[in-house]
Amino acid sequence: MSKVIELTKQDFDKEVLKSDIPVLVDFWAPWCQPCIMMSPILDVLSEELSGKLKICRVNTELPENRILAYQYQIQSIPNMKLFKNGIIIKEFIGLRPKEIFKEELEQVLNSS
Amino acid sequence: MNTEFTENLKDRYPLIIIGAGPAGLTASIYASRYKLEHLVIGEAIGGLAFEAHKICNFPIENEISGRDITKKMQEHARSLGANIIMDKVIGVQEKNEGENKIFKITTQSNKVFLANTVLLALGTERRRLDLPGENRFIGKGISYCATCDAMFYQNKTVAVVGGSNSANTSSLYLAEIAKKVYQIYRRDKLRGETSWIEQILHNQKIKVIYNTNIIGLKGEEKLEKIVLDTPYQGMKELAIDGLFVEIGSVPQKALIKDLSLQTDENGYIKVTSDQRTNRLGIWAAGDITTNSNNFRQIITACSEGAIAAESIFKFIKQHTS
Repeated sequence: MSKVIELTKQDFDKEVLKSDIPVLVDFWAPWCQPCIMMSPILDVLSEELSGKLKICRVNTELPENRILAYQYQIQSIPNMKLFKNGIIIKEFIGLRPKEIFKEELEQVLNSS
Repeated sequence: MNTEFTENLKDRYPLIIIGAGPAGLTASIYASRYKLEHLVIGEAIGGLAFEAHKICNFPIENEISGRDITKKMQEHARSLGANIIMDKVIGVQEKNEGENKIFKITTQSNKVFLANTVLLALGTERRRLDLPGENRFIGKGISYCATCDAMFYQNKTVAVVGGSNSANTSSLYLAEIAKKVYQIYRRDKLRGETSWIEQILHNQKIKVIYNTNIIGLKGEEKLEKIVLDTPYQGMKELAIDGLFVEIGSVPQKALIKDLSLQTDENGYIKVTSDQRTNRLGIWAAGDITTNSNNFRQIITACSEGAIAAESIFKFIKQHTS
């Protein structure tokens, strides 16, 4: 069982930049309909890709998280960045169907 | 984020409503009041209405956000016992079951349901500019949802393209956050509600550029400039940080085509006054239909959903008694 982790600025370093496995970070906000639609897809993918990929969320509405949105130049959400060894290796913007997204993720994970 | 929709789902329902915007949710409320067992399957709970920044013409509220009004509709539908699931319907097939017809509905997450009747409340999706480079700049300066992305443009210069209600309300919302808003419109006057237009014309931060189209997008890593077909203050290029596309919406196409439903020349489903399509057993309601005199408001979607639910109730009663 691997749940999506809700992140804050404080645990970003530990959970993302220093993670042993690749991490997908979903920048989202509760006023964003496509983000809400993406959420259950990420929940399922978190289970299905457990062990290979960690999935985290950053709620950009929270004032303490705004600095992360600024730092990672978020201009549109949902914005999902794939980190490996602390470096962004792929970016996914906008809602995408689960199976297609899973294929995209597996392709990057297998080739990196 | 609350995304837990744990329902006691059945394999078969007298009615399945596809779409969970104002039309689908209102149909659900009416269906529940008729004790008509049904399932609502929606890709986006709240539909496109969710993204409306401010709604000031819905009779029960002076001012309400799209998020709040659709949340209330959803809560109302659920309180009456509605099963609402968030999923995308990828197929509706008609099958014969003895003398009757039955519809097999398949979803993106491989769920299969059977329904005696179907209500299509599919809604519309946003129209794109169709300019070279548009896809490259999505999330890097181009946005189709001001409500989603406005907060990332604090004290920046943005442009809104379009001139109807959704463009006008987006400009006003962005003016609360951004430093400067250019609204670019192809006609010589803005359309939509006069109240919004007056607010735009009195807003010091908004500059409307009329009779102008965007013909190009420029930038390296992100969108930096838009190219206009008519020079503005002598310049054909305008430097901006973000471009919000609000040029209307187009009907969802996939299921309509698969079911060979009759549509008008723009792809909206033709329906009778009681929301029936040309296919027996299939109704349609909301922005996807031809029934709102091209008005496509939340209140007209609710109305069509209500009419459809009553018509389906009568149909089922007639065929089961």
